Formats: sequence, C-alpha cells, structure tokens
Amino acid sequence: MWKRFRYQIAMFFAVLGPGLITANVDNDAGGIFTYSQAGAKWGYLPLWTLIPITLLLIVTQEMCSRMGAVTGKGLSDLIREEFGLRTTFLVMTALVLVNYGNIVSEFAGIASSLELFGISRYLSVPVCGVAVWYLVVKGTYRSVEKIFLVSCSIYVTYIISGILVKPDWKQAVVYSVKPVLMLEPSYIAMLVAMVGTSIAPWMQFYLQAAVVEKGITAKEYVQSRVEVILGCILTDVVAFFIIVACAGAIWAHGPRDIKDAADAAVGLKPFGQYAYFLFSAGLFNASFFAACILPLSTVYTVCEGLGFESGVDKRFHEAPVFYWLYTFLIVVGAAVILIPGFDLVKMILLSQVINGVLLPFVLIFMILLINKKKLMHEWTNSRFYNFVAWTSVALMIGLTMALVALSIQDMMKT
Amino acid sequence: MADQRLFFTELLGLKVFDLKGRTLGVVKDAAIVPLLDPVRVDRFLIGSGAAWLTVRHDQVRSISLDGIHLRDEILTPYHSDEYMLRVVRDLLDQQIIDAQGRKVVRVTDVTFEIQQEDGGEVLWVLDVDIGLRAIFRRLVQGVLPPRWIRRLQGGIPPHSIRWEFCNILEPDPQRRLRLNISNRLLEGMHPADLADIVEDLTPEHREAIFENIDSEVAAEALSEVDPDIQASILESLETEKAAEIVEEMAPDQAADVLAELEQETSDEILEEMEHQPKQEVRELLEFKEDSAGGMMNTEYVALRETATVEDAIQALKSNEELMETLNTLFLVDSNDHLTGAVPLARLFLHEGATPLRSLAVDTLIDAPVTEQQDRITELFDKYNLLALPVVDEGRKLAGVITADDIISVLREK
Repeated sequence: MWKRFRYQIAMFFAVLGPGLITANVDNDAGGIFTYSQAGAKWGYLPLWTLIPITLLLIVTQEMCSRMGAVTGKGLSDLIREEFGLRTTFLVMTALVLVNYGNIVSEFAGIASSLELFGISRYLSVPVCGVAVWYLVVKGTYRSVEKIFLVSCSIYVTYIISGILVKPDWKQAVVYSVKPVLMLEPSYIAMLVAMVGTSIAPWMQFYLQAAVVEKGITAKEYVQSRVEVILGCILTDVVAFFIIVACAGAIWAHGPRDIKDAADAAVGLKPFGQYAYFLFSAGLFNASFFAACILPLSTVYTVCEGLGFESGVDKRFHEAPVFYWLYTFLIVVGAAVILIPGFDLVKMILLSQVINGVLLPFVLIFMILLINKKKLMHEWTNSRFYNFVAWTSVALMIGLTMALVALSIQDMMKT
Repeated sequence: MADQRLFFTELLGLKVFDLKGRTLGVVKDAAIVPLLDPVRVDRFLIGSGAAWLTVRHDQVRSISLDGIHLRDEILTPYHSDEYMLRVVRDLLDQQIIDAQGRKVVRVTDVTFEIQQEDGGEVLWVLDVDIGLRAIFRRLVQGVLPPRWIRRLQGGIPPHSIRWEFCNILEPDPQRRLRLNISNRLLEGMHPADLADIVEDLTPEHREAIFENIDSEVAAEALSEVDPDIQASILESLETEKAAEIVEEMAPDQAADVLAELEQETSDEILEEMEHQPKQEVRELLEFKEDSAGGMMNTEYVALRETATVEDAIQALKSNEELMETLNTLFLVDSNDHLTGAVPLARLFLHEGATPLRSLAVDTLIDAPVTEQQDRITELFDKYNLLALPVVDEGRKLAGVITADDIISVLREK
C-alpha cells in the first residue's frame, strides 16, 4: 500500500512545475528549524498560524506567477524597466546578501543532517558544494528538473515521520483552527519567525522567472494558478507535519528549545529508527535542494536585472559575471560552515534583518507593477484583490519589522 | 574637450543656457526622429519648472560637459510626438537586439559623438552601452562630477554595441512604422541565431517579429525554435501569416509544428495554405511522430533507374532550392519502387552519358514508414548514413530522413 501511495504522489509531482518547486524550497533548512522549534517549545499551539500563512503565501505567489505569465518577463526585468538601474542595483545587492545568508544556512543544514548519519562536515560540505556546482553547470536542464521533482517528492518523509511519532491528532486538529494569542515575547517571536521564513524575497523572483522559463502565457494562466495555490498548500501541509512531529515527540515529554533542525531529528529517536531516519533524510534533502536552487536563482535574477549575460547554456567566458557570482556564492557559502568557531547564529540573524528590510520593497514593487495597465492589460488586480494584497503586505511588513527588531535585539545579546 | 564623446548619463541634467548665458533649464531627455535622421539627436527636452520645452538640434550652438549653449531662443513647449524615439522613455533600461553579437541586451547608457553641423554642434548616436562600465556610470551619475567619473571608469573594460547594429523592439505595429524600425538586420542573420534570440524575447515581441519579417526567413528561423515556443508563436499570429510561414517550411518540419498546435488552430492554418504544400503536410501529419513516417520529409530528388548523369544534373537544376542540404539521389523503377541510392558527389566523377544505375551504392538501406525512431537512429549509426530513404507498404519511396533529423532526435533525449 505504501508503494502505491508513493507512486501516486510521484505521479502527481511530475505534472507540477514552478509553483511546487518554489513552495518546497520554501521549506528549507531554516524553515524546518523554525517549525521544529515551534513544535518543540509550544506543542500544538502554533498550528493555527498555518492557515493565515498559507493565505498570505497564496496572495503573493499568485501575483508573481500572474505577472510572469502575462508579461513574459522576470520580476528583476520589470523592476529594471519600470524603476531604473539604481533601484534595481540596490534591490539586487540586498538580495545577494540575503540569499547568501540563506545559502550558508542550507550548507549548515547539509552538515548537521549528514552528521546524524556519522558523516563529518569536512567531507559532506565540500562534496555537496561541488555536487551542487556541477549539477547545475554541467547538467542539462532536463536532468536537473527531474532531480528537482524527485527531490520534491522526498518531502513526503516529513509526513510519514509525523505519522510515525503518533501525535495527539485531536489536539492537532483543534489547534489548527483555534487561534491562541499570548503576550509572551518568545511566543510572539516564534509567530513572527514562522511568517518570516515562509515568505522570502527570493521566492518572488524565482517563481516569476520559473513561470516565464516554462513558457506559461496568459492563456494557460488558469491552470498555472491552480498549481501555485496547490504548491502553497503543500508547503504548509509539510510544515504542519513537522510541527506535529516535534510536538508529539519533544514537547509532549517536556517543552524545550532546540539547537538546530538536526537536534529535532534526535528528539524523534525514541519513536523508532524510521521517524529519526526520515526526519534527518528530509532535512538533508531540503537543504541540498535549496542549496541547488538558491545560488542559481540569485545569479539569474541579478544578471537579468543588471543586464549581464546569463544561462547555464553559455560558456564561462561568454557569461563571466554569471559563473563567477554563482561559484562565489557556493564556495564562500560552503566554506563558512567549515571555519571552526564561526558564529553562524549571528550571521543568520543578520541575514534575517536584511531580509526584513528587503521584503517590503519587493512586495510594494510587485503591487505597483501588477497594477500597471501598460504591462498587465486586463490582468491588473481588481479593487478587492488590491485591498487584500495591500492588507497582506501591510501585515507582512509589520511582522517582518517585528522580526527585524527581535533579530537586532538577539544580535546585541550574542 | 579633446574627446568628442558624450555619454547620455552626462547629457541628462546638463544645464541649457540662452544667448545671454541665463539658465533655461536642464536636459530631461533626448529624442531621435528616425524618419528624419536615424543617428542625429533631433530634439532635447528641457525641464524648466513644471513645463517641458523642446530644443531643436539646429538651435544649439555648443555642447560640452559644462552645458548646452543655444543660438536661438524661440523654444516650443513639449508635446508628445509619436515619431520620437526618446532615450529615457524608450531606450534606457529596455531590451534591444544586438544584431552583430546576436543576442538580446539591455541598454544601460548611450554614447554620442559631438559633430559640427551648419555652424552649430549636434549629437550623433554612436554606441549603446551595456556592461559594467556603463552600470558604474549610471550608479554614480549625479553623485560624482562627470570628469571624475570619466577618469574612474578607465579601469573598467567598456562594452558597447554600434548603433547601426541595434534593433529596437517595439510590439506596436503603428509605432514601428512611425519610428521607422525595419527588420533588415534580423533578416540578415542566420536563422538559427535569430531563433535563439526569439527564444529570449517575451511573447509579444516574438509575435511582432514574426508578424513583420519576411516569410521565408521566418520559416527558417521558426524551424530552429524550441517546439513549445513554435506553437505559441504560430497561435499568436494571424492565420494567414501563420499559413504563409508554414508553407515556406520543409514539409516534415511544418508537420511537426502543426502537430504541436491545438487541432482547431492547425486545421485553420492548413485551410489557408496552398494546395501543394498542404497535401504533403496533411500526409505527413498522418504518421506517428516517433516513427519513420513522422521523422521523414518529402523533399528529395528521385529519378528513373534508366536515367543518366546528364538527366540527374538537369533534375538538380530544377530543384535548386534543395541544393544546400541534398547529398543523395534516389532511383525508382516504373512503379515508383525504390531501387537504388546515388551519392551526389559521384556525379562529378563520371561522363554525362553514364547510367545512374552503375553509380548506385552496393547495399541499399531503407526503412518502412512504420519503423521506430530508435531503430532509425541505429541504422544511421551502423551504416554511417547521411540520408535514409523511407518506403511505404508497397515499397514505393515515401520520403527521406536526413542526418540533421537524427541529430535533433538525439539532442532531445
């Protein structure tokens, strides 16, 4: 029966594209940590946030994919064409910094997940760094896409490990729809972090570019929208199971803070080798997958926005900026993990701060762009949709600003 | 100024002085009127207060980094002119096609040359600047004095495209006419390069190019484009134009493209086509895509087995359009049954009266229309073929598969 189930899941993934990949990369090492931490410390309480988060995610992702389908241009191209070079340059610089922070945390995820399997980071990180570089630079688009789709299906491991832990399903269901608000600072910080990790600037750029790359046009947009919405829902389904797994395995036996996502996997150990194994494998998969997508997405976005040659089908000397930046992001991203005593936490906090500063701009640019008749013709936002979009953006900006404040506070402390 | 060049980043914001040296305003934009002159800046748009004024090129006495001095003060208010190509609005940060470098690039800056004309100075567009040096100029423009910028940028390699190799993208056909944008540069490119460029463009620009370009060039380029994009281009075009392009394509490629389209659209296009190509394409459409029938094309030269070298030369003369790729002649008997294949080069080594029969290859390799694609590629590999004749159930010659078809198949795997 498992076999059949897995087969069907795999078939389902095969017909999906941009929305699904974006959504899955969203559950990267940082995301898994945040959800695990939420579950380990607060149990089932944070589950209610997933529905509003899904809605916010859908609103922003839908706008990006619509812009991609209608204009046939990436978000960085549109920002360049409509807001000029200086704005683009600032946005791109911030994006590189934020994404660099994310890449580092992906490599940290790779290191800690493979250490659970007894593989030293001094072996795993360089090998994975080379693999990531090689896969994208030397692989063909088709082979890479296949690997990504397989990678997407591996997220099922979280659902299975969530089930294996045998959590309290009744509580899980109740708290999924019952909002619990507390004026406890660490609880608020947790809520803010959950929103913060689920909506990141790079996703908007990546999704729109992927829609354009796939050649989806306004005509096929209706199908594409369904796919994007499905992707958003799946992201949070995975998040749900991560929280539930950690709530059932760790919180139920005594709420505590966890160190990193690998720590959460260790917490699952009493529930059998499988739960532990699946959770760790899932973490490795998510980290590796995101480590493939993030650097590539970053260089594509930057090169297109600033007008440099880009594309893996180009040779090194034809697209030097593209390849150098790509190589730099991977090498320096991976190398940092190997420096003994490097303050990773501080670096991730810093990247969250820049993330929070960049996100409002990206979202505001998106709404401004999508309302331009010249670009979107009859596909601009309706008045109601604009109301929803601006409200979501305002909410998101408020929450990210809170996250920035908390991150800065943490940075002062450390 | 020793250097007679001026960058647009320097022109923008330059002060404009009247005869008495009073400041009238600053340059907000510059416009070329391609119908009058494709390289000369025809007007400067000057912002003074809320209103914009227009300075014609013949009203300018001198242009330098220190400002523009006029020789005539009768300025007219700016009103939008559809015949103008405005640098800030239409060129800067937009994509254009670099016909010489054969790629799509984004304009970062424009380089002008200061020229003497009728006792005044005018600007000619020299280059469109892309790359790091121009990005540097844009970023520090207005922050550092222009002369410093010139000195500092020296360390960064320049990257520019000559203005005459730039093809501006404009989806609106009316405006294309007004701006005098031709497709001459694109039509001169190799179809495969044009195809690569088209793949990089947005759907509306693809449509604009295929709508206007010569059908023969369009057909050749379209054959090289990625199948998904082929379909979306044909769907976006007027049916008549689409039919014109498909007619010009080799029948096997035309059939492949039409097979990608929705049934309804492909029927409409077929309906518009002329009788002869329509028949051939219809027949090819009947075959499965991954069979010999689906891979073959019907453009080949076949002669009776009794024919001589002289006859063959005659036949080739009447099929001149096939010459670029043709490498084998086929022989058929009186029932059109395939009986032999003659490598083209052998014709040159024999007298006109030599019967073709004697020049045919020893072992004739052919395949039935139903043969699987994998098997066909095997045959090409095993026998080192350049062309493989395909025969129908009655062994009549139906078409030919050529090595370039095989390369495409292998590349897709």
